Amino acid sequence: MLGLGVDRLQADINRLLTSLFHQGVLDEQFLQLQQLQDETSPTFVYDVINIYFDESEKLLRSLRLLLMDREFSDYKKIGLHLNQLVGSSSSIGARRVRNVCVAFRSASELNNRPGCLRGLEIVEHEYHYLKNMMHELFQLEQQRLLAAGVRYPM
Amino acid sequence: MGMAAVESHFHVLAVDDSSFDRKLIEKLLQKSSCQVTTVDSGYKALEFLGIESNDPNALSTSPQEVEVNLIITDYCMPGMTGYDLLKKVKESSAFKNIPVVIMSSENVPARISRCLEEGAEEFFLKPVRMADLNKLKPHMMKTKLNNQKLEEIDKPLNVAAAAAAVEPEIKDSAEVGSKILTLQSELEPKQVHLQVAQQEEQTLGNNNKRKSMEEGLSTDRSRPRFECITTAV
Repeated sequence: MLGLGVDRLQADINRLLTSLFHQGVLDEQFLQLQQLQDETSPTFVYDVINIYFDESEKLLRSLRLLLMDREFSDYKKIGLHLNQLVGSSSSIGARRVRNVCVAFRSASELNNRPGCLRGLEIVEHEYHYLKNMMHELFQLEQQRLLAAGVRYPM
Repeated sequence: MGMAAVESHFHVLAVDDSSFDRKLIEKLLQKSSCQVTTVDSGYKALEFLGIESNDPNALSTSPQEVEVNLIITDYCMPGMTGYDLLKKVKESSAFKNIPVVIMSSENVPARISRCLEEGAEEFFLKPVRMADLNKLKPHMMKTKLNNQKLEEIDKPLNVAAAAAAVEPEIKDSAEVGSKILTLQSELEPKQVHLQVAQQEEQTLGNNNKRKSMEEGLSTDRSRPRFECITTAV
């Protein structure tokens, strides 16, 4: 029944992706990433997204530290961090994360501290949602490969 | 470095301070059958090419025999921006003919026109896609053809043989001279054709750029960005 397992898992993957596109969590740039994956780099999407997670979490931690500081005033630095987040989120097709980062950036350009704090909360929320969804996607993908009997260096 | 083996493959030098972006552009270029060298700064790019930079930390090695068919660089980089790098390349007599492409995640019309005026072939908004890279083939072909043309002129025997194939019987050296000129002008049409194709592509590209410039103007100035907050929640 290996074949059936693969088909079911593939259907689950497709359903999850469709839902994420529908919600606007992902956009077509994610498809572009998938198209870049091939035999020479079979884990490309996984690798790239993990780099994105690492870099984003560092940036988010830094943003939180900056804003938690009662004597905070370096809005420019916040702007620079957000530029990076906007850029990398666009590059992997994380549309919702990108959009909330842009909104957050607007608040920082107005030196609006409460707006920034709110913006950060929203970005963290969207980011964690995305991360959970990606983990689910990778798990399904792993299971599908196992079901298909593929050896996979991870 | 295996220079002799690289015939129909283009060699691209990609410059970006973000390791994430470097991985992406490298993959995109590899998918387009390009050989890729990535560096993380304008200084390293100049080093790689062998142009002297003002960076005291740069290694003072002699210029490498490297054929680079295209430089693609991020705009926003600490120290030397992509624009600075563009200027340095265009100022260098050895490398000014290498096409330079600028990438940026920001749609700033003034920035775009500044780069194009300074000699950038294209300006890509990130995220860069395969479709964008396909626009680059004509630019890279041009440098390849230029290099090949120079090689052909260096070999008079081949030229004469080819000239003989073009027109019957070469009588004296004066004729050979004029035949060489004919051959050169025969090569020109090919170049012109490429240039026309390039111009067409560029006009298309320019239209896209103009479009993005206009979009940039309208989204950056008149449309407030706060709408994003409401859609997210």
